[in-house]
Amino acid sequence: MSVRRGMWSAGTGDTSGYGRIVREVVVATPAAGPLGSWYDSVRDRLATLVADPFVKVVFEYGELTFHIPREKLAEAMWALRDDALLRFEFCASVSGVHYPQAAGAELHVVYHLQSMTHNRRLRVETACPDADPHVPSVVATYPAADWHERETWDMFGIIFDGHPHLTRILMPDDWVGHPQRKDYPLGGIPIEYKGTTVPPVDERRSYR
Amino acid sequence: MTAQHTDYYGTPGEETEGTVYTAMGGGDFADIAREQAERSDETLVINMGPQHPSTHGVLRLMVECDGETVKSIRPGIGFLHTGIEKNMEYRSWTQGTTFVTRMDYVSPLFNEAAYCLAVERLLGIEDRIPQRATEIRVLMMELCRIASHLVAIGTGGMEIGALTVMTIGFREREMILDFFEAVSGLRMNHAYIRPGGVANDLPETGIAQLRTLIGWLEKHLPEYAAFCNENPIFKGRMCGIGHQDLSACFALGVTGPVLRSTGYAWDLRKQQPYCGYETYDFDVITWDTSDAYGRFRVRLQEMWESLKIVKQVTERLDASTGQPVMIDDPKIAWPAKLAVGPDGQGNSHEHIKHIMGESMEALIHHFKLVTEGFRVPVGQAYVPIESPKGEIACHVVSDGGRKPYRVHMRDPGFNHLQSVPIQCEGGMIADVVVAIGSLDPVMGGVDR
Repeated sequence: MSVRRGMWSAGTGDTSGYGRIVREVVVATPAAGPLGSWYDSVRDRLATLVADPFVKVVFEYGELTFHIPREKLAEAMWALRDDALLRFEFCASVSGVHYPQAAGAELHVVYHLQSMTHNRRLRVETACPDADPHVPSVVATYPAADWHERETWDMFGIIFDGHPHLTRILMPDDWVGHPQRKDYPLGGIPIEYKGTTVPPVDERRSYR
Repeated sequence: MTAQHTDYYGTPGEETEGTVYTAMGGGDFADIAREQAERSDETLVINMGPQHPSTHGVLRLMVECDGETVKSIRPGIGFLHTGIEKNMEYRSWTQGTTFVTRMDYVSPLFNEAAYCLAVERLLGIEDRIPQRATEIRVLMMELCRIASHLVAIGTGGMEIGALTVMTIGFREREMILDFFEAVSGLRMNHAYIRPGGVANDLPETGIAQLRTLIGWLEKHLPEYAAFCNENPIFKGRMCGIGHQDLSACFALGVTGPVLRSTGYAWDLRKQQPYCGYETYDFDVITWDTSDAYGRFRVRLQEMWESLKIVKQVTERLDASTGQPVMIDDPKIAWPAKLAVGPDGQGNSHEHIKHIMGESMEALIHHFKLVTEGFRVPVGQAYVPIESPKGEIACHVVSDGGRKPYRVHMRDPGFNHLQSVPIQCEGGMIADVVVAIGSLDPVMGGVDR
C-alpha cells in the first residue's frame, strides 16, 4: 500500500541513525488455493448467484473477507442474506476505514455479517474513491445498518445512495468535515508546563 | 430492489404543508399549552432529553404524541461523542485499553476484553495467553456482568417508581466494585485487561474477598425476585411493554437479553466460545414474552448463571495461584507483578531494581517497550464477545505500526436504540421509559 522510511513520524528530524529503515506496508494479500472448512462453499455459492462478485477474497487471522466492488454490493448482500446456503441474516456492524495512500480506493466500508443459521461470520469490504464517495446503501437488506451507515457518513463522508435518512448522527448537524478521515486533525492545544510547551498529540514527534 | 429508492420518512418539502410540529426552540410551557389550545388538536411534540433522569444518560427522544399515545418517536444520539476511536489512532496499542474502557462505562471490562482479544488475534498470540490470565478475565467479566445487570434492573426499577430495587441494586454493585478496586485499583475504567494478559495478579487477599463477595451475592440476589417477580404493580408496568419479536431483533441487529427474551437462545459464550467459556457449566437463559418483563427475568436469572461461573473460576484460580498473568514474551509484556502503593498506583519493585540497578539493556528495552510500544502485524480482526447488553465487538485495523490504524467498537446499545420506535410507537408515553430501560443503553458506549 505504501512505503515507510525511518522510524519517526513525518516532518521530524531523525537523530537515531535508524533513518534508513524502509518498511513496505502491504494490506490484505488475496488468498490462494482452497481455504478449507465452509469458506470455499460460501465463496463458490456467492460466485454462482452473483456474476463476478469479487475484487479479491482474503483469508487472514481465521477471518474470511470478501472484497466486493460497489456496483455489485447491493446484489451480493441480498444473496448473502436470502440464499439458503448462505443465510447471513444478521448485519452486526458497518465501519469505515480511510486509506489515503490507496489511489482510487481511498475509502473502505467494512460490513460484518453473522449467519445464525450456520453459525458463521463473514466480512464484506467495499471501496470507493475519495473523488466519488458513493456506495449503495444496504439498509433495504439489513435495516440494522441504518445508524451504522449514518455514522460512517458522519465520520468518513461516504455517501450511501438510497439510504432513507442520511444525516449526521454523532456530530452536530452543522459540523464541517468528517472527523475520522486521516487528513482531519485530532485537535487539541499546546500545553505549557514548567516553561516548556508540549504540542498536541497529533503534532508531536512520535514513533511509527 | 425497488425499495432502495423509496424515501421511508417522507419527502423533502413535505413538512411545509399544514401545521409544523417541532420540538425545537423550547420556551415557556404556558406558551406551548396556549398554542396547543388554539390549535385545538391533541398533537404535542415533546423533546425528552438529552438531560433527563430517565433516558440513561444523554439520550434525546423526539416524541410526537396524540394525547398520551406516542405517534412517532425518534432517538437522537451523539451528545456523549468523545472521539475515542479517533484518539486511539494516536496512542500505542497498550494505551488503547485505557481508551476503550471508557466507552461503555457500566461494563468496562467487556470493552477491554473485546479490544485485547482483537489485538491478540492480530499479534497471533491467542494460544499463548497464560491460563491464569484467561481465568482472571472470565472472573472479572462475569462479575462485571452481574454489576451491569444490577444497574439495568436497578435504574429500570427506579424509573417506574420501584426505588428499593435501585438502592439494593447499587448496594450489591458497590460490593462488586470494591472487589474490582482491590484487584485493579479502580472501581471503573480499569484498563485492567491488557494485550497479552492482565495488568496485575489478584492481591493476596483476593480469593478470600471473592468468597465473601459470593456469599454476599448469594444472600442478597434472591431479594430481587422476591421484590419484583410477582409484584402486581411491577408486572403491570412491565408485561407486554416494549414488545419486539425475533424477526424485528434480527432485522435491527438486536442481541443480548432483548434477543433472548424472544425465546432464542443465542449467547456467544455458547455459540462461539472465547476465553475458555466452553469449559464452564452454565445455561443460556431465555424467556418467551418478548417484552420488558421478559428481559428483566432474563437478566435476573443471568446473574445467577454468572455467579455459577464465578464459583467455578474461583476454584480454578485457587489452584493456579502463583502462575503468570502476562504472556511470556518480553516484546509485548509489561511488568505484571505490581505492588500497590499508597496512591493506588502500582510499581513492580523487582522490575525497577532490575532495570535501574542491574541491566542497562533491560532499561533500554523497558523504555522502548513503554514509549514506543510493540508493532502489530498488518491486517484486520473483528472479535465479538457477549457483553451484558449483547454482542460487543472490536474491529481493529493495523497497518503494521505501533498505533492502531483504525479501531471501531460495535456497541450493542447503538443497535438497540434503533429499535426504540418499533417498541414505543402506538404505546403510551409513560411506557417509553420502561422500554428504554429494558434495552439498557449506556450512552458512553453508544456515542463513543
